[in-house]
Amino acid sequence: MSVKVSMTVNGKPVTAEVEPRTLLVDFIRAQLRLTGTHVGCDTAQCGACTIHMNGAAVKCCNMLVMQAQGANIVTIEGIAAADGKLHPMQEAFRDHHGLQCGFCTPGMVMSAIELAQRHPGLTEATIRAELDGNICRCTGYHNIVKAVQAGAQAMRS
Amino acid sequence: MGEMNLIGTAVKRKEDYRFLTGAGTYTDDVRLDRQTYAYFVRSPHAHATIKRIDKDKALRAPGVLAVFTGEDLAAAKVAGLPCGWLITDVNGQPMKEPAHPPLAQGKVRYVGDHVAVVIAESYLEAKDAGELVQVDYDVLPSVVDVADARKKGAPVLHEIAPDNTCYVWALGDKAAVDKAFASAHHVTKLDFVNNRLIPNAVEPRAALASYNRAEDSYTLYVASQNPHVERLLMTAFVLGLPEHKVRVIAPDVGGGFGSKIYLYAEDVVVTWASRQINRPVKWTAERSESFLSDAHGRDHLTRAELALDKDGKFLAIRVQTTASMGAYLSTFASCIPTILYATLLAGQYTTPVIYCEVTAVFTNTTPVDAYRGAGRPEATYVVERLVETAAREMKLDPAEIRRRNFIREFPYQTPVALLYDTGNYEATLGAAMKLADVAGFPARRQEAAARGKLRGLGYAAYIEACGIAPSNIAGSLGARAGLFEAGEVRVHPTGKVTVFTGSHSHGQGHETTFAQVVASRLGIPIDDVDIVHGDTGRVLFGMGTYGSRSIAVGGTAIVKAVDKVIAKGKKIAAHLMEAAETDVEFADGVFKVAGTDKQVPFAQVALTAYVPHNYPLDKLEPGLNENAFYDPTNFTFPAGTYVCEVEVDPDTGSTEIVSFTAVDDFGKVINPMIVAGQVHGGLTQGIGQALLENCRYDSQSGQLLTGSLLDYCMPRADNVPSFKLDTKETPCTHNPLGVKGCGEAGAIGAPAAVMNALTDALGVRDLEMPATPERVWRALQQTKIRQAA
Amino acid sequence: MYQFNYHKASSVADAVALLARNPDAKLLAGGQTLIGAMKLRLAAPPDLVDLGAIAELRGIKADGGTLTIGAMTRHAEVAASKDVTQSIPALAALAASIGDRMVRNMGTIGGSIANSDPAADYPAGVLGLAATVNTNKRKIAADQFFKGMYETALEPGEIITSVSFPVPKRAAYAKFKNPASRYAIVGVFVSEGQGGVRVAVTGAGPSAFRVPEMEKALASKFSPEAVAGIKVSAAGLNSDLHASSEYRAHLVTVMAKRAVQAALGQ
Repeated sequence: MSVKVSMTVNGKPVTAEVEPRTLLVDFIRAQLRLTGTHVGCDTAQCGACTIHMNGAAVKCCNMLVMQAQGANIVTIEGIAAADGKLHPMQEAFRDHHGLQCGFCTPGMVMSAIELAQRHPGLTEATIRAELDGNICRCTGYHNIVKAVQAGAQAMRS
Repeated sequence: MGEMNLIGTAVKRKEDYRFLTGAGTYTDDVRLDRQTYAYFVRSPHAHATIKRIDKDKALRAPGVLAVFTGEDLAAAKVAGLPCGWLITDVNGQPMKEPAHPPLAQGKVRYVGDHVAVVIAESYLEAKDAGELVQVDYDVLPSVVDVADARKKGAPVLHEIAPDNTCYVWALGDKAAVDKAFASAHHVTKLDFVNNRLIPNAVEPRAALASYNRAEDSYTLYVASQNPHVERLLMTAFVLGLPEHKVRVIAPDVGGGFGSKIYLYAEDVVVTWASRQINRPVKWTAERSESFLSDAHGRDHLTRAELALDKDGKFLAIRVQTTASMGAYLSTFASCIPTILYATLLAGQYTTPVIYCEVTAVFTNTTPVDAYRGAGRPEATYVVERLVETAAREMKLDPAEIRRRNFIREFPYQTPVALLYDTGNYEATLGAAMKLADVAGFPARRQEAAARGKLRGLGYAAYIEACGIAPSNIAGSLGARAGLFEAGEVRVHPTGKVTVFTGSHSHGQGHETTFAQVVASRLGIPIDDVDIVHGDTGRVLFGMGTYGSRSIAVGGTAIVKAVDKVIAKGKKIAAHLMEAAETDVEFADGVFKVAGTDKQVPFAQVALTAYVPHNYPLDKLEPGLNENAFYDPTNFTFPAGTYVCEVEVDPDTGSTEIVSFTAVDDFGKVINPMIVAGQVHGGLTQGIGQALLENCRYDSQSGQLLTGSLLDYCMPRADNVPSFKLDTKETPCTHNPLGVKGCGEAGAIGAPAAVMNALTDALGVRDLEMPATPERVWRALQQTKIRQAA
Repeated sequence: MYQFNYHKASSVADAVALLARNPDAKLLAGGQTLIGAMKLRLAAPPDLVDLGAIAELRGIKADGGTLTIGAMTRHAEVAASKDVTQSIPALAALAASIGDRMVRNMGTIGGSIANSDPAADYPAGVLGLAATVNTNKRKIAADQFFKGMYETALEPGEIITSVSFPVPKRAAYAKFKNPASRYAIVGVFVSEGQGGVRVAVTGAGPSAFRVPEMEKALASKFSPEAVAGIKVSAAGLNSDLHASSEYRAHLVTVMAKRAVQAALGQ
């Protein structure tokens, strides 16, 4: 049995027939070929698959595509400006060397943007606590924390 | 033009834009036309005989194209996975090297061992059908703990090793060491468990192979740290394919930490299968599979002793360790607890005699191999826990005892085979103490006590041997491969440069660091230099990235190639300027005739090389493209001092790292921003080993108990502090950049620093890693009981 | 994940009808536990009834002395809700401590308590505040709701519609997290309200439970010292890789003390 699903992804409407067991992340990666959203685990711990659904950061490896029916989805590919200019949070990650292998980075950036939007005054302790849904094995988080702090500030100004 | 010298500059990374915008290409992102999907049927048992495999049902399932087992591979004469390092035991006998078939033949030896592969049109179909492959097992008793492997009556994994022993190996002068211990003023003795770790690069391993029937050639995309080594091992040893007909591409790779060095069964099987079904075959690990099948790290059981005289001078070190190899020998497994461990036991000290005996055992567990630091964290843990404990026992200041024993004259020949070329351990210790404000620690401890917290401080003064290695020395020690590196510098007619390197980058930032080196040396803008790596079809050769060797070995190969370009450029420039070649100098991107104002820029020389109208064609080939191989003459010896401060909540046993200072000597630093990032990551992995991470198997069933991120504790942002870093430079004496490497230092030094701090806070002699809240709480309960008594 | 049939319910009545037609169906709320279990093939429901589109199951109402939270209200919504932070800040803090931000943006209160995971946070809050679980059929007092590990009083075809919390005088939740999963190794919810003092524990046992001795001690004096000397027995408590039952028993006392401290604003 296949089911029909439609949503908006990075501003564009998409519609597809899918198996009900299709995960949102597989839909995004395999069908939409937006491969910036990554899969790093199978227990919703690592956060590499973090996207925005109706403005909220969610782990799209832990959702059925059907749960995104009618939703407004933004992936890492939809974050920079149309001319390619980086979003302030992306820029901050580059400035502060907040990424190494790049695999956790899309999820980290998506998570950080939502964090900055929801928490006006971010302290180091808050950032560390609120990033507990994103695992990075490369950076030791030191520069990610710096990047999120700077990115949040840049987003406000 | 002076601004072109970018050495020592925090240049922002060239690779970041693609990663930040989701435009990186990791293996699983690659999609080939008509690609199929592989699912591996794995053993649910730690040890069992396979009586029968029935694949009929699976073959009839929707979407299934093929099911292969070990029998199919054997019939096709697919060989076993090789081990790249032969260790010779104390009796001069070669280590026991059991067959390691990519798909099990007759027997499975760990939970997750490969039994069959199902290939289907979609991954879910392959996985669904995988459950229909019926395997009849005769379950055998298993052994998973290092301590049990050699016990009488332990289940035997391999017939060729009836005592489950791969080798017993030793280094050092046992008689001299025993003598030193017999007359020592003080002996510090500790028993350690060096906990087994699971690497957990965030990108799971993946492989996508395709076969081209028209050309009888293969292309394998694989998450690998060393595509050329992968190709060499796979073609020459396992599949018997012509090497030139196989292209291995390691595109963007999401972290390795050692776990992506090895030739794995999955890589071999999908490559072989792509020809059988004449379609591309893709496999991407689920995280649960990564836990079961990525080579693990560490897993030692150690008795260590330090002999001292009355002044705290080290007289001798004696170490006996048993290290698990897991169920089979992974690619470099055998050299980790030997060559990369025992040789490091001198640390930063003048200990005159050292003896180390290593017993490598087989257990019914995932194979163990190099994981960030590989042998050196285990060695550093031994030395630095011994030293700190000895200082406490002898009532000496832990910094002072180190100072009394530091090596101060270089080159220094250790009693465990290494020749340190340079270092300044006093400098890193002094700087670390200042940066960590060790002097202010008593006040901080008091203040913490007022808040009900136990505060402790610990040091680790580590050394590592990196830049592996002079090939001839490695060869004499059993290496079955060379350990040079290759680089190629291709100057395009317009003066732009593409550099090809055998060093793969999977987070280390080679695309930036190497470009800095080349741009600086050629005096051209960094944007004019691109670095290509990870493709046997484009890069001439390479031994890959591990052991913090990229800049020291790969970087040097590139420098050598650049210097060849400059040398040829001088010939061309001399011709253009009608000067003697010996009078031509090159600096800041310009060829000049010494003492005149005659000059030609680099780009003009490049253009001339490709448009050789005015060119000494009789003496010189056109073009400007040079390659070089570099085989180091010695290891490099990064070293440093770490100072950790912890606070323990005595009610819960929770440990917080409240301050961590790292002062490292990596020799010359090319990009301080990238180097700091490497240190941060290493430290966090080291802290993970000390406080959080522990791979556990059930000792009865052999099941992996920490098989997911719900149970295996990865460090998160709130487990670590911001780090205080500094570097000191004693340039390496035997490579042109003066560099030593920085990738593993943090993971090597951090565990001992944390545990030294924690034992200080708790006032206990020792504590097992990882120091989980419950272990800490129990240690405190014990102390209370002792104090009450 | 195995194949299943997907049904989207448009109302509670529709969901009830779908359940009646597909007796082995599972309800899909936020899916943060269920989807994970299905991915690992540990759960294999033939049918899923998705509650995500039912508007009547969402929202938070503060009504004098009672706070009612719709079953499909996300943890993040509870954590951020002014109604919750003003009336029962401890409940907002509990919601803010569940999983991580992304999980909190999907996970729901109904899904959490219906699952009765021994290490989930909400059961401590529901039990510790003497909440009432409202279903399409009846009202179930918290004390009757949690029956054991992954076991509740819910009957086949019964759907949680909301949870009503009486607003206490003071309350707090103290949690000792599993360092790997971030679930509760031990979580203690303490409240003092009209119905007296309640101490509810999650993570430590097969399902959330109360500690009458502590409640009694706190009723006579609501202070950390009152519980500091009260130990729960380790017998019957959970014991796993991360914490033995003995350690958990110890943590119950520590966390109870800390919850009381927090409730007193100390």
